[in-house]
Amino acid sequence: MSNYIILVPLLPLLGFLLNVFLGKKHFSKAMVTTIALGSVALAFLVTVITFFEFLNSGEESIKVTYYQFAQIGSFSLPFSLLVDPLSLLMMLVVTGVGFLIHIYAVGYMSHDVDYPRFFSYLNLFMFSMLLLVSSANYFFLFIGWEGVGVSSFLLIGFWFKNTNFTYAGMKAMLMNRTGDLGFFAGIMLIYVVFGSLEFDKVFSRANDFESGTFIITMITILLFIGASAKSAQIPLYTWLPDAMAGPTPVSALMHAATMVTAGIYLIARSNILFALAPVTLNIVAITGLCTALLAAFIALSQNDIKKVLAYSTVSQLGYMCMALGVTAFSSAMFHFMTHAFFKALLFLCAGSIIHAMSNEQDVRNMGGLKKHLPITFLTFLLATLAIAGIPPLSGFFSKDEILVHAFEYNVVFWGFALFGALLTSFYMFRLLFLTFYGEFRGTHEQKHHLHESPNVMTYPLIILAVLSAIGGFVGIPQLLGGSQKFDKFLEPVFSKAELKLSHLETAHLSHATEWTLMGVSIALIIMSILLARRIYFIKKIIPVSEKVKLSFWHNLSYHKFYIDELYRYILIRPMHFIHDFLNLRIEAGIIDRKVNGTGDAVMGFSKYLRLLQNGKTGYYIFGMVIGLVVILALNFIF
Amino acid sequence: MGILSFIIFTPLAGALLVLILSSAQSKYFKIIALVATILQMIFGIMLFSDFKYGTQLLKTPDGTETVAYGINNPDTFQFVEKGDWISINLGNYGILDIDYYLAVDGLSITMILLSALVFFVSVIASWKIEKNLKGYFALFLLLDMAVVGVFCALDFFLFFMFWEIMLLPMYFLIGIWGGPRREYASIKFFLYTLVGSVFMLLVMVGLYFSVIDPALTAIQAGLVQPGADINAMKAAVLEVQKLLAEGKLSPAVQVHSFNMLHMMNTSNLVPGSIFAVGGEIFGYSARLIAFMALFLGFAIKVPMVPFHTWLPDAHVEAPTPISVILAGVLLKLGGYGMMRICYGIFPEGGVYFCYFIGLMGLISMVYGAFVCLAQTDLKKLIAYSSVSHMGYVLLGMASLETVGMNAAMFQMFNHGTISAMLFLLVGVIYDRTHDRQIPNYRGLATHMPQYTAMVMIAFFASLGLPGFSGFVSEAFTFVGAFNSTYIPKWMAMVGTITILLTAAYYLWTLQRMFFGEVWFKGGDHWRHELSEINRRELTALIPLAAVTVFLGIFPSACLDLMSTSIGYMTQATIENGHKLLEQVSQMAVK
Repeated sequence: MSNYIILVPLLPLLGFLLNVFLGKKHFSKAMVTTIALGSVALAFLVTVITFFEFLNSGEESIKVTYYQFAQIGSFSLPFSLLVDPLSLLMMLVVTGVGFLIHIYAVGYMSHDVDYPRFFSYLNLFMFSMLLLVSSANYFFLFIGWEGVGVSSFLLIGFWFKNTNFTYAGMKAMLMNRTGDLGFFAGIMLIYVVFGSLEFDKVFSRANDFESGTFIITMITILLFIGASAKSAQIPLYTWLPDAMAGPTPVSALMHAATMVTAGIYLIARSNILFALAPVTLNIVAITGLCTALLAAFIALSQNDIKKVLAYSTVSQLGYMCMALGVTAFSSAMFHFMTHAFFKALLFLCAGSIIHAMSNEQDVRNMGGLKKHLPITFLTFLLATLAIAGIPPLSGFFSKDEILVHAFEYNVVFWGFALFGALLTSFYMFRLLFLTFYGEFRGTHEQKHHLHESPNVMTYPLIILAVLSAIGGFVGIPQLLGGSQKFDKFLEPVFSKAELKLSHLETAHLSHATEWTLMGVSIALIIMSILLARRIYFIKKIIPVSEKVKLSFWHNLSYHKFYIDELYRYILIRPMHFIHDFLNLRIEAGIIDRKVNGTGDAVMGFSKYLRLLQNGKTGYYIFGMVIGLVVILALNFIF
Repeated sequence: MGILSFIIFTPLAGALLVLILSSAQSKYFKIIALVATILQMIFGIMLFSDFKYGTQLLKTPDGTETVAYGINNPDTFQFVEKGDWISINLGNYGILDIDYYLAVDGLSITMILLSALVFFVSVIASWKIEKNLKGYFALFLLLDMAVVGVFCALDFFLFFMFWEIMLLPMYFLIGIWGGPRREYASIKFFLYTLVGSVFMLLVMVGLYFSVIDPALTAIQAGLVQPGADINAMKAAVLEVQKLLAEGKLSPAVQVHSFNMLHMMNTSNLVPGSIFAVGGEIFGYSARLIAFMALFLGFAIKVPMVPFHTWLPDAHVEAPTPISVILAGVLLKLGGYGMMRICYGIFPEGGVYFCYFIGLMGLISMVYGAFVCLAQTDLKKLIAYSSVSHMGYVLLGMASLETVGMNAAMFQMFNHGTISAMLFLLVGVIYDRTHDRQIPNYRGLATHMPQYTAMVMIAFFASLGLPGFSGFVSEAFTFVGAFNSTYIPKWMAMVGTITILLTAAYYLWTLQRMFFGEVWFKGGDHWRHELSEINRRELTALIPLAAVTVFLGIFPSACLDLMSTSIGYMTQATIENGHKLLEQVSQMAVK
């Protein structure tokens, strides 16, 4: 069955091609839906079958080569896909969550005139993402990587009549490409150092390198630059909140559950390289932690429901990044999976709310939606509890694992990470109270229009809610009597890296310490939830409008630390200056002027030269005589 | 007459037919041109299907079988057509010998196929030309002949002749059928290219006096009878080369030659001649100066910054189909000439100047991309993007690394198809409104969705998106440049900035012209004029898009054709280059 793994990316690609070329003119809406959803459903099916076969086969990884993409001398680049625990996990989540979001989108986008185009783009995204996670070498991973960026550009700017939306798309793609430069440079360096881009060859050759080798550190830093753009880490994260301009299913699918985790996947995939570069690991861990805290802090004061969730995504990605940095690779992947469930759910709920509120996204105009949208409310509540880390929901297990590893790594890390978790539960409950409790603050028309979403939208919510609730059970720690199935499943992927890291291994924490850590974090999280409840439920404080002067910290948070403004001054302005300078001063002012000047000089010279040709015979004879005299004189002298 | 002659002269036959018919029958001119280019394509496909590449073996004249790599070994070329063309006895100056020598190897096959495709597409794009059809199509077909001739010629004189013939139709096609500033643009194009030709002519004449045709010389010297068998001929050739090196061959029996393959073999150099190893001009190595002179001549054509300013002007003024040809094929002549002639005949120049070439490539890439960002004229923007994309070719070539060299050649092919698409697309709106200013349009995506879809495909292909061929060649260029031991690694690193800048200027163009609410400077009049892209325009675009996508997914279809030849060429350039540089330095020591 592994041979059929190609179908997983290929089916969505086929769906894309059919819908994009024929969808609008030749297919009925039902046909478009069937193709788009069917291709993803089949891809999911193939993945599931492959997954079980793989479990039974007992192999560690299977590489399937399809054709020779390019062969130049000794440089060979086969197109091959990889079936191993990590790629299967990614494929399962991407196709599974992706399929649910596709179903939801059928309802969400039902009134849009560009329905076929939307679904074709979604399928294109699925194709790129699946290629990214199933590729067996860096080159095709990069192809998927770029494809994901373009799908993101197309989908963020899906409503292209609004230039703000398309601008956000452009920003996303350019920022991603900035990171891609790093990633691509990393790939070139990998080729130079290891002589191949195939994962198996690179990783087995990497095994012979010493820890801390300069060139490996370089490679990993470059790869991390790519990862940080795609996974929205400092300093390349500002595109993600703006990407919320896209239709909500897009935000759920790409900017929460799947695409943004590509960077996490890249690092997890290259785990052996990172394990050899302790310096980079430190950078990754610190960047992750800072991003987690910064984004959580910004999320505290945002009033757009999707922006809060977007910053929350950035913050959660920071946690995954930190987990990778402290070499808890499988914990990062665990959190990736649970996060995919509850964050997709949160976004879809937000979509349901926005749908009910006639495209209103500002929480200040919401409130009291609990009784109007019961299913949305319940699922949202569940997701909020999950992200806050309340046991026994999925987020608890994954976050707890990360916190434990952070503690093992460094107590300060643990402290900050826990603080971030408190912020998370605070802003999430702030959002919950502002949206669903209290009085309705919107217009009369909005109130009249309020309705629960249709079944096609609520069923995916319910399924995701179930997954968010029980998804963590695959990774119950030994402490709680679990068998850590998740870690064991992924072990073959990370075993080499762990071997390399074994010298760093700290003593395992005692059970008492682990219990304490868990108790402390749960207690504090519940306290922060109570604080949110006190402010936004009991005191019923509503965020003030833009006109009121804010305190310094509040201002900083509300304006996202002025990072966008900073970029405008240090990047965009100089860019405009450079291209204008080159175009006006160098191109027109020097190069072309010299070219035309050469022509003018010739013309000017001949203007004087042709005075000699004045047509007077006497003048010519005079010239001849002078000439003869000069020649004779020269002849006489020499 | 072999297949190559058919490929070259089918358009000429078409041109003659156009000239014979009276102007009253002008409706047939397009058909004639179309048929001529379709025939040329068919010949091209026949050529392609018989072409031996990779591990496929080719029978040589002496009966052995070998890999068909070409480059500097006459026996491994394919579809060889060789005939005496001009032969004049110059007494003491030896014998002037010019051959009609055509052949194909991995270096030229892709370029011939590209030319056939682009000319076919351009005929379709010429459908709306109204002014003086007779002149237009006659010149058009003449241009076609010249371009393909350049790619097939292995005799320098023949090469030069085709090269110069190409100038003339191009000059008139821009100067008569062009835009408002057509005269300025065509003169600039003409003079600029002519400057390059002067360099080429000088070197060509110098080479002629420095190189002998060993086989003919052997016959002339009486070492062998004409029509002797191959082994006797080979022995005689070696004997002649030995005598030549010892200076025992009298000038009167020396048969000089314009044959490029003889020029590539240093054993054929007359000792003491200007381009013999160690020859000097003003104390500098004459061969290195010759390399530079030829290189500059070709660099103007590529065009390389700072010799590029004729290109935006020519593009902006040229009618759409001529822009398509200019970007699609004519620029490739520069890159092809560098590989075939500069690197082939003076390999030490390629080794000696690799840093300079790489640097100029890098500057072209980055500078071109920056200048693109500042453009408000869509056609000018695409013209500058050509400058930027052709910079990759120089960088790849400078790497002297197999992957990089292959990528350079592949990039030329891809730029040919992609830039042809881009210029066709600019033509679509220019035909309708006669305006190309980016700020004068907004919301085209709503008004012309199909057109916008094609534009996005072309833009994405040009900005190097995976799935399109441009990505493969650009990525491989960087891999080659980075892996090279000849140019520093920072060049590839800095070069990657171009990827970002290219994305920036294309996306920004989409943002300005295609997104947002519909608004046109010409108001309702334009709204009416700007009809959706029609079937004829799509017919021209779709083959190009198909090739681009196909090669993006199966690049080996093109790479395999050339990788053997280019791999061999790279190796030969490095080996011979170092050897010659060493010889020169040893001579200097003595």
